[in-house]
Amino acid sequence: MQSDLIAEVEETLKRIQSQKGVQGIIIINAEGIPIKSTLDNSSTVQYAGLLHQLVMKTRSTVRDLDPQNDLTFLRVRSKKNEIMIAPDKDYFLIVIQNPSD
Amino acid sequence: MEIVYVYVKKRSEFGRPCYFSDRPAELHADLLPDAALAATFLARDPCDVGAQCAPDVSEHEVNTERFESESRGINHVEGGWPKDVNPQEMEQTIRFRKKVEKDENYMNTIMQLGTLMEHSIKQNNAIDIYQEYFEEEDEEDEEEVTDAKEQPAAKTINVFRDPNEVKRTASSLSWHPDGNHKLAVAYSCLEFQRAPKDMSFDSYIWDIENPNRPELTLKPVSPLVSLEYNPKDSHILLGGSYNGQIAYWDTRKGGQPVEMSAIEHSHRDPVYKVIWLQSKTGTDAFSTSTDGQVLWWDIRKMSEPTERLVLDLSRKENLENALTAVSLEFEPTMPTKFMVGTEQGLVVSCNRKAKTPAEKIVCTYSGHHGPIYALQRNPFFPKYFLTVADWTARIWSEDIKESSIMWTKYHMAYLMDGCWSPVRPSVFFTVKMDGTLDAWDFLFKRNDPTLSVKVCDEALCSLRVQDNGRLLACGSQLGTATLLEISPGLCTMQRNEKTLATAMAEREAKREKILEARQREMRLKERSRSEQSKEDESRELDGEVTTEDLVARAEKDFFQIVEAELKKMEKDKEDEKEKEVCEEKEC
Repeated sequence: MQSDLIAEVEETLKRIQSQKGVQGIIIINAEGIPIKSTLDNSSTVQYAGLLHQLVMKTRSTVRDLDPQNDLTFLRVRSKKNEIMIAPDKDYFLIVIQNPSD
Repeated sequence: MEIVYVYVKKRSEFGRPCYFSDRPAELHADLLPDAALAATFLARDPCDVGAQCAPDVSEHEVNTERFESESRGINHVEGGWPKDVNPQEMEQTIRFRKKVEKDENYMNTIMQLGTLMEHSIKQNNAIDIYQEYFEEEDEEDEEEVTDAKEQPAAKTINVFRDPNEVKRTASSLSWHPDGNHKLAVAYSCLEFQRAPKDMSFDSYIWDIENPNRPELTLKPVSPLVSLEYNPKDSHILLGGSYNGQIAYWDTRKGGQPVEMSAIEHSHRDPVYKVIWLQSKTGTDAFSTSTDGQVLWWDIRKMSEPTERLVLDLSRKENLENALTAVSLEFEPTMPTKFMVGTEQGLVVSCNRKAKTPAEKIVCTYSGHHGPIYALQRNPFFPKYFLTVADWTARIWSEDIKESSIMWTKYHMAYLMDGCWSPVRPSVFFTVKMDGTLDAWDFLFKRNDPTLSVKVCDEALCSLRVQDNGRLLACGSQLGTATLLEISPGLCTMQRNEKTLATAMAEREAKREKILEARQREMRLKERSRSEQSKEDESRELDGEVTTEDLVARAEKDFFQIVEAELKKMEKDKEDEKEKEVCEEKEC
C-alpha cells in the first residue's frame, strides 16, 4: 500500500515537472526545511526560507481579516516568472513557472 | 494703593532653622466693590460672542534629517532543522528527508496539493490571465487626452548633493552615452579667486538610482570646469580644468586621470568647454577657454595640442586682441564647421578645414550683450542654432548674420545655460540665475515659456537633457544636481511638428532677411543723400558722414524738439491761467 502511494507521489511530481514552463519544484515542511527539490541546494534554501515566511505572513493576514477564512493558494507573479505556493497544515508545495508568453 | 504685609523677626533669631506649622488663613486685605466705580460701567445686553464648533488644531512643521539608506545583503543560512539533525551532515539530512517522505500524512498532502497545483499550472499555460486587453485603444485615448488637456509638468526625481562640506558650483554635466544611468558632474568654484582653501577638487560620477553616494570620484589636479563622456567609448571622460589643463579618465582605471596635458601647452584660463570630435580613432577632442584659443587634442598624445586657433577677428593670430571664448559647438553631421561663443557676445563660426589660420574664422553673429553661455545647433535642423546669454535666449539661422530670427523676452534673471530637446525640434530648455528651469516650445507659445519650474533657491548653472528627452539634469551653484522628469507632452513629438517647425523658422528667417534688405536700402539712401548734401555745402569734408556729425545732428534735432515742446507747454499754461482768470471774473 505504502509503496503504491510512494509511486503515486513520484508520478504526481513528475507530471508537474513535465508541464510546460515549470522551472522547479520545492516541497518544504512547516518549519521551512526543504524536503524535496529539483533545484540546486543554495536556491532551494533561499526559496524555502523566504517563501516560508511569506506564506506565514499571508496566512495570518487572511485569518486576521476574517477568522473563518484560510489561505488556499498563493501566486506571486513577477516580471520573469511566477511562483505558486500551495500551502497545507504541515507542508508547502512550491512551483516556479515561466508563464507561457 | 499698596497692599503691604510686614512681619518682624528679632535679630537674635536670624539664622535659626525654620519650623513650619499650619495655621488657619488670616485675612490681610479686603477690597470691597466700589459702587462709585461700578456706576462708570454699563451693562451690555445682548453680547455678541463668536462660537465655533470645530476641533482645535494646531499646525506644526517638522523637517527630518536626510534619510541615508544603504543597500545590504543578508546571507541566509539553513535553519529549522530539528535538534538531532546537523544541517551540515549530508547523511543526517538525507535520512531525515527519507523519513519524512515515508510519512503517510506527507503523501496524502502532496497528492492533494499536487492536483491543486496542476490546475493552476495548466491555467497559466492555457491563457495569460494578466494580459492587458484593449491596450491599443487605451493608448489612443491617452494620446488624445494628452494632446488636449495635459498640463506640461516637470517632476523632481532625485537630488544629488555635493557630499563635501564646502559647496562648489556644479559647472557641467554629462550623461553616460549608453543606457543613461550615469551622470558625470564637474564641480568647481567659478568665482574669481573666491575658492576657499580647503575646497575639494573632486568631481563625481553619480548613478541616478543612488543619490546618497557617488559611484566614482574623479580626482583631478585642479577643479574641473567642464566634463564630457566620449560618445564612442563610454568609459572615457575628458575634463577641462580650472587651471587650463585637459585630462582624461578611464572609469575602469579609477579616479586618477590617465593622462593630463602639459601645462605649458594648455590654456591659460579655465577650460570652459571640451567637446569630443568624430573621428575614426575616437580620440580627438577640442577645447576652448577665455584665453582666446581653441585647441585640438588627441588624447593619446596629451603633451601638446595637435592644432591651435586664436580667436582674433582681425585674423592676425594676436592673442591680446583675441575674443575670449566661453562655449563651443560641434555637430557630428557637419564635421568641418564649428562655432565658438565668446564673452563679448559674439558667435564666431569657423571652418576647420581652412588652409590658413586667417581663413579659419568664417563669420560672426552679433546680437547678445553678454557672454554666451550655451550654444547648440538644433538636432533636427542644423541650420538653426540656439544661443543662451545675458537675459535672453536667441535662435539664429546660419544665413542671417545681423540678428537672430527668434528671441525670448528679456528676463528678470540672467540665463545661465540652455539646450535643445533631442526628441522635439521646437522645444528647448533654459536655466536662470534665480533657480528656475524654463521649457520653451516656439510652436506653442513664443512670449513665455511653456513650462517654468522653480528647481531651487540658488542659481542654476548648468543643464543637460538626456538622449531620450525625458529626463534632464540641472546643476546649481551649491553643487546640487537635480534630476527632473518632464511630462510626456513635452517629450513626444507631435504630429507635423517637423514641418511646422521648419515652416516657422523659415518664415522668421525670411522676415529678418526682408528687414535686413530694407535696412541696407535705407542706409544706401542716407549715404547718397548725405553725400549729395555735403557736395552742395562744401568741399572740405571728405564726403563721408562721420559719427560725430551724426551725433551732433541728432543732438541739435533733439534740443530743437525739446525747446518746441517747452514753448508749447508754457503757452498752454498761459492759456489756462487766462481761462482761470476769466472764470473767476464770471463767478
